[in-house]
Amino acid sequence: MSDTTLPHSPAVSMPGIRFSSAETLKHAVLILGSLIVLLPFYVMVSYSFKSPAEIMQNTGGFFGAQELFRDDYCVKLGRDLADCMVTPVIYNYTTAFGKAPLLRYLFNGIVVTVSIFVIQVLVALPCAYALAKLRFWGREAVFGLVLFCLLIPVHAIALPLYIMLAKLGLTNSYAALVIPWTISVFGIFLMRQFFMTVPDDLIDAARMDGMSEFSIIWNVMLPTAIPALMAFAIFSVVAHWNDYFWPRIVITGDRSLFTPPLGLREFKGDADGDNFGPMMATATIIVAPLIVAFLIAQRRFIEGITLSGMK
Amino acid sequence: MTAISLSAIEKNFGATRVLDGIDLDVSDGEFLTLVGPSGCGKSTLLRILAGLEAPSSGRVSIGGREVTEVRPADRNLAMVFQSYALYPHLTVAQNMMTPLKLRDLTFAQRLPFLGPLAAREAHGSILEQVRDTARILKIDHLLDRKPGQLSGGQRQRAALGRAMVRKPAAFLMDEPLSNLDAALRIHMRSELAELHRSLKTTFVYVTHDQAEALTMSDRMAVMMDGRILQLGAPDEIYSNPQDIRVAEFIGAPKINLLPGSLDKAGHARCGDMELARVAEDGIVGCVTIGLRPEHLAVCDKGAPGSLTGRVVHKENLGADIYLHVSVLEGAHRLVVRVSPVEGSAISLGQTCHFRRLHGQAMVFGKDGKRLGLAQPSTEVAEVA
Repeated sequence: MSDTTLPHSPAVSMPGIRFSSAETLKHAVLILGSLIVLLPFYVMVSYSFKSPAEIMQNTGGFFGAQELFRDDYCVKLGRDLADCMVTPVIYNYTTAFGKAPLLRYLFNGIVVTVSIFVIQVLVALPCAYALAKLRFWGREAVFGLVLFCLLIPVHAIALPLYIMLAKLGLTNSYAALVIPWTISVFGIFLMRQFFMTVPDDLIDAARMDGMSEFSIIWNVMLPTAIPALMAFAIFSVVAHWNDYFWPRIVITGDRSLFTPPLGLREFKGDADGDNFGPMMATATIIVAPLIVAFLIAQRRFIEGITLSGMK
Repeated sequence: MTAISLSAIEKNFGATRVLDGIDLDVSDGEFLTLVGPSGCGKSTLLRILAGLEAPSSGRVSIGGREVTEVRPADRNLAMVFQSYALYPHLTVAQNMMTPLKLRDLTFAQRLPFLGPLAAREAHGSILEQVRDTARILKIDHLLDRKPGQLSGGQRQRAALGRAMVRKPAAFLMDEPLSNLDAALRIHMRSELAELHRSLKTTFVYVTHDQAEALTMSDRMAVMMDGRILQLGAPDEIYSNPQDIRVAEFIGAPKINLLPGSLDKAGHARCGDMELARVAEDGIVGCVTIGLRPEHLAVCDKGAPGSLTGRVVHKENLGADIYLHVSVLEGAHRLVVRVSPVEGSAISLGQTCHFRRLHGQAMVFGKDGKRLGLAQPSTEVAEVA
């Protein structure tokens, strides 16, 4: 890139600012990558501010001009034209909450993701403890099965799962949203890897103190595994909060059971065209909790990824 | 009274035999050390005693009660681990309370918030016991800290405290000092020995450090390859090892070993050197002669029976100087202990003369077992 730097210039380890073509190239690639990833978010947030006309004509910059525009739906209801003039940003966000019961969907999302996570932990911790710390016949085989299950894509078993739930009469219920995810092989794997690093002495000390094996799991292993659990929580919550596929399959009729991603469909108009502004406002509201959580737990999240050595 | 008795303990891990028929009795209030190189099975033996590992065969009894099938917690033993194994999320006080809570409180009384309210007295007495123990160990100012905020020595004390509060029948210690730095380790040696004297409880202590074993124990058992080679007082083990492996393992610097042979008269000889004492059993053949560094002393040239060698290395420990001397044209190296006064005059590469102190050499047979030596019945002129 530049002939001012020597090819073997050790810029990485040197303090101070020093031009390095390798570092520059690295950052250029990373910046390009982050732009590609951020662009859809930019569009989403921007559209949630704009009026339909601005969206269609692609004008108005990031915030839009915020000029009043006519709400056609309001006019159709036969109200006075003057009452139906709205500011785009207010219109978009009020419609997001008004046209569909978004709060209900957010509540469903919380119920589902929290129950999934709690049950996953209840299952994964004892499993991981047994796989990491107890010696029993066939342990390696069981762990092999866990690894094997990591390879099975969800979509491949979706149909049989659906049929099973349907036969049990569980479709259109919270149970249908939660039960298939309660055993997380990824969680078992992640926690097992973490438990392998916990010294055996600690467990032996607990046994000498008089704890039962279950008591060891909840009173000793759980508190020491908090960093790993946080990482797993992020994986689990993100995956199930954002999941569109599975709720779409098992929630067929009852709209009150919709999760936030399903709620987005409400704005996919059939007759009156797509309503992009409120739709993007909904999308922004749905991803906001995750982004906030990520910013708070960023360090843990990265720890978790390095912990699992995955993704 | 026998506090702990292990009989015919065997342990196999798969095809590997780790312990091979161990019989060991520990008397009440005794400080017994299991010492041996890593992998000799000493930790496994301790874990079997603690109940953390089940023996493949054999029986364990504590205070006359058979406990082979009893859970670790119900054996009333306390263990101190090499890594201290303190619960990282609990404070020192909570760490020390854990064994008492689990032993003395019911499930309901252990519940968070409600438990302390309902059983205020029981919780108070536990806290009192913890405070008392902490005072003895001088860690009462650290009770509110977490293990992560403590230094190695403080953690060590906290781990000791957790073991002490429950007033166990015996303390089991698995290399508790090996994570400390050298100065602290030596300090803790004397402190542990004092603690043992004041508690008057049985200690079973595992270490690979022969210095710890020699300094602290009432009796020590030298283990190798899953067997106890020799059991006895430290003094006895050091000055009278019954096996060449014991002689080699105990003592720093190591004992000097020279190949030799036994002649018909029972005299062991190595080159020109011949021992005055004779072997009792009338065995003839190759033997190994062992001489500790302190059994050699520098002397003047030409003194009767002196050995000559070149100094190849000099270790100055302050109070003593160890000279590594190459003898018999470099075929062997002997370590000689000299006083600083004598040592300062000797420099590297110099030829020096030294003699052995009579009556100290040990002779080991081909199988490594010690051969008994006795003064010859008929007076023979000493050659060496």
